[in-house]
Amino acid sequence: MKVPFEKLDKAFENRLRLQIMSVLMVNDRYDFNSLKELLDTTDGNLASHLKALEKEEYIVVHKSFLGRKPNTNYESTEKGKTAFKQHLDALEQLIKQQKAK
Amino acid sequence: MEEKEIQDELASIRNLMERSSKFISLSGLSGVLAGVYALIGAGVAYNIIYGGSATFGVLYSIYGLAAIALAVLIASLVTGYILTARKAKRRGQAIWGNVSRALLFNMAVPLVSGGLFIFIFLYHGHYSVVAPTSLIFYGLALVGASNFTFTDVKYLGLCEVVIGLIAACLPGYGLLFWAIGFGVLHIIYGSMMYFKYDK
Repeated sequence: MKVPFEKLDKAFENRLRLQIMSVLMVNDRYDFNSLKELLDTTDGNLASHLKALEKEEYIVVHKSFLGRKPNTNYESTEKGKTAFKQHLDALEQLIKQQKAK
Repeated sequence: MEEKEIQDELASIRNLMERSSKFISLSGLSGVLAGVYALIGAGVAYNIIYGGSATFGVLYSIYGLAAIALAVLIASLVTGYILTARKAKRRGQAIWGNVSRALLFNMAVPLVSGGLFIFIFLYHGHYSVVAPTSLIFYGLALVGASNFTFTDVKYLGLCEVVIGLIAACLPGYGLLFWAIGFGVLHIIYGSMMYFKYDK
């Protein structure tokens, strides 16, 4: 049987993107600062990966203000959720095949 | 990709899903201590109601009981906060974040409405509603909060509701059921949580 490497989503090759997506799977919305704290990463790094996910249309951005402070929230899209599930299925397949060897 | 790598990836996903949506720093030990306080409080209350101090009159007893209930509540909250803050620090989880806020809000709605409900009935002189109502509303608060913390909390909540309903059927045994619900159940549940998650 062929190893389904091509089924793995290129957008999730980066660990941080996969982690962002898993947080947004179980939370309706999550804001930038909480995400930064949770994933223990830098502003620039997190922003660039969020941008990449946004470009794939896996997440949408909601910008608002809390008083004077800008507050940016992220939400996963249906497309993103489906892609995430497929990626996990592919990972599971890989494990099964390696066990069978 | 190696199998080990994939396993790590999946483990990190599961961990993040849990940490971002559930407050897992609740301390089991604080549950045990809250149970102990409740039992001590119930013991003192028993003395006031059935002991010699009834000579001081009914009004004295009511104030005495209210003071005990308040003392137990405050002692439990303070212990819970200290132990939970310590555990959160050890686990690197913020004690005041999105999740703990959702947890507190979901607990506060039934607790505050239940508390006001009890006060209104006390005002009208219906003392027998206190034990069943406080157990039922507390149980509902736990069931609502369980979405944001360990699922085990849901079962504790359901048990409290059941005990509250039984207490409602058997007026006159309020203190006994109160001691079982807030004392014994907390000790059992708290020690289960302690061995399952704190160790």
